[in-house]
This record gives sequence, C-alpha cells and structure tokens, in this order.
Amino acid sequence: MNPSLTTAASRLSRCFSELRRTGELGLVAYITAGDPSIEATERFVMALAKAGADVIELGVPFSDPVADGPTIQRASERALRSGTTLAGVLALVRKIRVRTEIPLVIFTYFNPILQMGIQSFADAAVEAGADGVLVTDLTPEESEDYRRILHGAGAGRGLDTIFLVAPTSSDARMRRISEVSTGFLYLISRTGVTGESSALADGLPALLRRVRAATSLPIAVGFGISQPGHVSILGGLADAAVVGSALVAEIEGGANIDAAVAAVSARAKLLKQAARQGMSRREDLGSVNP
Amino acid sequence: MTTEPKIDYGPDARGRFGPYGGRYVPETLVGPLEELEQAYIEARADAGFRRDVENLNRNFAGRPTPLQFAERLTAHLGGPRIYLKREDLLHTGAHKINNCIGQGLLAARMGKRRIVAETGAGQHGVASAAVAAHLGFECVVYMGTEDMDRQRLNVGRMRLMGAQVVGVDSGSRTLKDAVNEAMRDWVTHVRTTHYLLGSVLGPHPYPVMVRDFHSVIGIEARRQILEAEGRLPDALFACVGGGSNAIGLFHPFLDAASVKMIGVEAGGRGTTLGEHAARLSAALGYGGARPGVLQGMYTFVLQTPEGQISTTHSVSAGLDYPAIGPEHAWLADQGRAEYTAVSDDAAIDALRLLARTEGILCAIETAHGLAELIRRAPKMHRDELVIVNLSGRGDKDMEILSRLA
Repeated sequence: MNPSLTTAASRLSRCFSELRRTGELGLVAYITAGDPSIEATERFVMALAKAGADVIELGVPFSDPVADGPTIQRASERALRSGTTLAGVLALVRKIRVRTEIPLVIFTYFNPILQMGIQSFADAAVEAGADGVLVTDLTPEESEDYRRILHGAGAGRGLDTIFLVAPTSSDARMRRISEVSTGFLYLISRTGVTGESSALADGLPALLRRVRAATSLPIAVGFGISQPGHVSILGGLADAAVVGSALVAEIEGGANIDAAVAAVSARAKLLKQAARQGMSRREDLGSVNP
Repeated sequence: MTTEPKIDYGPDARGRFGPYGGRYVPETLVGPLEELEQAYIEARADAGFRRDVENLNRNFAGRPTPLQFAERLTAHLGGPRIYLKREDLLHTGAHKINNCIGQGLLAARMGKRRIVAETGAGQHGVASAAVAAHLGFECVVYMGTEDMDRQRLNVGRMRLMGAQVVGVDSGSRTLKDAVNEAMRDWVTHVRTTHYLLGSVLGPHPYPVMVRDFHSVIGIEARRQILEAEGRLPDALFACVGGGSNAIGLFHPFLDAASVKMIGVEAGGRGTTLGEHAARLSAALGYGGARPGVLQGMYTFVLQTPEGQISTTHSVSAGLDYPAIGPEHAWLADQGRAEYTAVSDDAAIDALRLLARTEGILCAIETAHGLAELIRRAPKMHRDELVIVNLSGRGDKDMEILSRLA
C-alpha cells in the first residue's frame, strides 16, 4: 500500500506528501482538453497552476461520456468539434510539461486508449510527461493488462494508475481498489454523474471515514464540489478536492478566451484560499500515514 | 426459462463470451451490478420465480406465440418452406415484453419500485411501461428525440400507460444516446431504481440475463417445428440491432450443428461509416467496425480510428445502434452464426411483400431478417425448412411507410 508502486517518488506522491506535511488541502483542477481549443487549454492549465491548483486533470473528450453530467458533456462535444484526439492531448501534455512541473493526470474513458493501443498510449504518455491516468469506465477487475503496462511504461518510468471508489463500493472493494491504485485514490462524493451541486452529500464525512479505514493513499474527493464552502468542509477530512464542472462552466461562460482564463483563474484562487483557510483542522488527521 | 441449452457458449463467471462482454462501468455501478447478478442467479434457481414469469408470459403477454407456416410467401418465393415465429402477436407488439416481464419481476424481488429504460423504436419502452404499470412501478423511458419523432405512436402509448418519456437531445439523438441517459439516471438513483436494459447489451449480467428471458422464443420454436415437420429447421433468420430477438431464437438451437443461423444487420443507405448500422458485415464492405468498449461491454463497435463512437443510419430506429451484443460477436468469431446486412430499401420491400402475401404487417426492424431470406430463397431447396423470427408488428411504422409511399 505504498502511495506509489511505480516510482519511488512520482510527481503525484511528492505533491501529496508535501500537502500532508503542510497540513493543506490540495486542489485538483479538471478541465476538458480541447475545449474550446488545445491552445486555449494550455493557457487554462498555466493559469490554474499559477492560481494554486496542485494537480491538473486533463479530460480526454469522448463521444459517449456516460459518467458525466451536462456541463462536461457539452465541453466534450466542443472539444470533439475542435478536432481533439487522445494523441492531441498527449502533444498538449508535452508542451505543458516544458513550462511547469505541476502533476498532470489524463482523465479519460477506456475506448480511446484501447484504440490507440494500451502500450503505445502508455509509452507516449510517459514520454510526454504525464504522471497518472484515470479511466472512468475501467474497474480493477477489467484492468490487469492496463495496470501492468502502465506501471512499466516508458522503460519502467511508469504512470500512476488512479482508480475511483464510490458510495456504493463495499469496504472490501475499497481495499481492493486501493491495492491497485497508485498516486492517490479518487472518491466519488455521491451517486450520480459529474456536475455542480449546492450542498455536499450528507453522508460524506462517514463515507470518508470508511475510505480512510481502507487505504493509506491520499484521497481526492470529486463530483459536486464547486464552492469555497465545500472545499473548506473537506479540509479536515480529505487530502484534496477535485473541481471540474465549475471550472468548465467558467470556460463555457467566458465571452472570449482571455475572459475565460481570468474567470478560471479567479475561481481557482477562491477555492485554493478556502482550502488553505478551511474551518476544519488538518491536525485531526495526525494519526493517518504520518 | 424451462430448459437449459445443452451447450454452454458462455459467458464465463466474469461475463465474457470469448473475449467479448465484461463489465466496463463507472465504479458506482459495480456494486449494484454485482447485486443484480446475485439476485438473478437466485431467482433463476427459484421455482416460484420461474412460475411467476411463466404465468405473466402466458396470461399477460400471450405466450406461447404461434409458429405459422407462411404458405403463400413460400409459394411466392419458390424456395424453402418458411415458418414465421409470431412474436409480433405478443402484448405490446414485439418480443421485447419477454425480457420486461423477467426483469420486472426481478426488480420486484430486489425491492426496486422505479424502472428506467432506454428505447429506440419504442417497442422496449412500451413493453417496459406496460410491465411497470402492471406491477405498480414508476417508469421513466429515455428516447432520442429523432426516434420520438419517427415513432410518435409509441411515445403516446408509453404515456398512456403512465410512463414518463424523456427526450434525449445529445449525440445522434437515437438509441445509443438514450442508453447513455438511462445509465446516467441509474447511476444517480441506483439505490431505488432498476435499469431495465432492453437488449443483449451493456455490462454483465445484462447480456446473459436478457438472453435467458428471450430464450423462450427458441425453446417454443424448437418444440413447434418438431411438431409441425418432425425435424429441426435448416436455417434461422432474425434481424440484429443489439441482438435480443435473434439470440432468443438462436440460443436454444446452438447445440444442433445442422441448424444455420443468420443474423441480419441494418445496411442503411450505404457502406460508408455513418450510413449504416452493420457491425459484423465488414466482409460486405461495411466500414468502421472494430472491437472496442461502449456502454459497459467490449464488442464490435462502429467507431473512428481514434475511438470516438460513430453515428449510424437505419430506416428502423430499433436497429440504429453502433454496437452489437457480445454473444453475437462471439458466435460470429466461432463461425456458429453468420451475419450479413440488407439495405433500408430491401427491408421496406420485404415488409410490403409479407403484407401482401400473408396479411401480416411486420416492423421495419423485423423486415431486415425477412429481406435476407427473400434474397437467398431462390438458391435454396424446396424441402429446406427455415424459421424467421417475426419479432414485432409494424403499426408503429405507419407514418414512415406512408411518407415512403
């Protein structure tokens, strides 16, 4: 149950260790790559990194995003219309990587990877400078080859394989998912698809305790997190908050790219501030994986 | 539900038919799918459950359906002796109700009182609405807005039976997009809701469970043809969208090596990707199908080289879908069943011929299977015996047919 089975200190593990050391809640920022263009995405990522995001998730657009709500569905459609492909997203990763050391996670459905070939994808992703991969519709049971290939990709440099746990996952499944995950564990905060909600799920603290008991990996909580208030509640409970649809909505609503960059940056700053000054205290977690 | 087939072509414990099938879903659905699988295994072994299914099949849906000798069609074509398995005579007008009864009773056993379903032609939606009303469930049916437009009659039927029909305006606004939306609803309301998936598609255990509930078609047909002719048929014909009516007919004959099986896909209006819905007919020049993952399963999928799912075209909403049930992909690999495609026009011609010779108006979906038989009949021997699965009736298609007239 090493935080990273692949590399002794992947960018992701280093990032989460540092967050634990400082007692700060991390901010994981998701945007859909290619929405509305690959060039714009590069600007959004740089702005997010500067605004205090700790990890960037780059969504690969897919024609049939069953796990996503309307906001990210529309972003995927825009990105596909602008001609975005998985190869194009990896080329973007390469460009971002020469400009910043922020950890980059590829967030995708399985089919684009499968059609590129898992090995070709994994080698290209390591080569480009990606740190981890999260596949929405791939479970531990179906992912044996995938994990073996990703962990050994790029002549052994490897990629972190991040899996999701959900409110419907049993304790035993949570342990099993933790065993195959590296980098961090992604907790889906509620049953449902991605998208903003006004309040966090009532059972979230209890759910987080259940996940804590099942893993020593850092836990990032996503789905429905959009407000500073949500982030500050998570402060004592999780290692990071994932914000996606709220950022994508800023991009969608921006009058032009400059305005969207400013809006995304402002939203990220607000959220990161809440993460730093959350009402909950990280010291509560002192006993966990020091 | 009454007899198990002698040869088990799968799936294995993880829902794999050879390499196809499996369970590619967001983690939120894994637990619920495991529960569903367990509940189904228990129900299948429970004589009381099987009795309830048989009772509703008989008294609500109208089983057994006749196996009718199509005397005038046979004489007209001058080829094999043709039998029609009359699933079109079932309540709600198609085979789809077999599966809805099974899954409806299973949902009741699991304590789920809300049903969501997807529908293309509307036949599965209507059958879901009927069973939900019969069992006192809430029912929400997702349907592409293009399909709502071309199958308006069925939208009205569903609403009359108390179902909420939700239009889906994303993607190609057809069956594939309705499945996406039903899955999104299910993942959100998974604790109270059963997803009544309408074909041999999706994550395990759906392909095997839906197959089992439809196997009653082939079990009856096998008994009926033996009674009528004293021997097994030489060939079976059925249309294949997801593939539920075809697998229902084929599966109980898999152990009889002499019985050929021909699944007929929608050839649409051309062989270029986007113009058809033929996933296993690459040999005929239909482009764009490769194994991939869509909506929970690994199977043949119409897609771009980058793995984006393609739009499809068929005059029949029920066959207008980019993937095929994993068991069909496996039967094709094994050479146990043969898959081919016929055009929109050939299907419409077949529908008209059946109407004139037999006085039966079948669904445009169903007519695809018939069209392939019509094509082959001149080369077949007069004492050969074939069964066509007449999977649904064509009342729903009157608007499309009158536009074409």
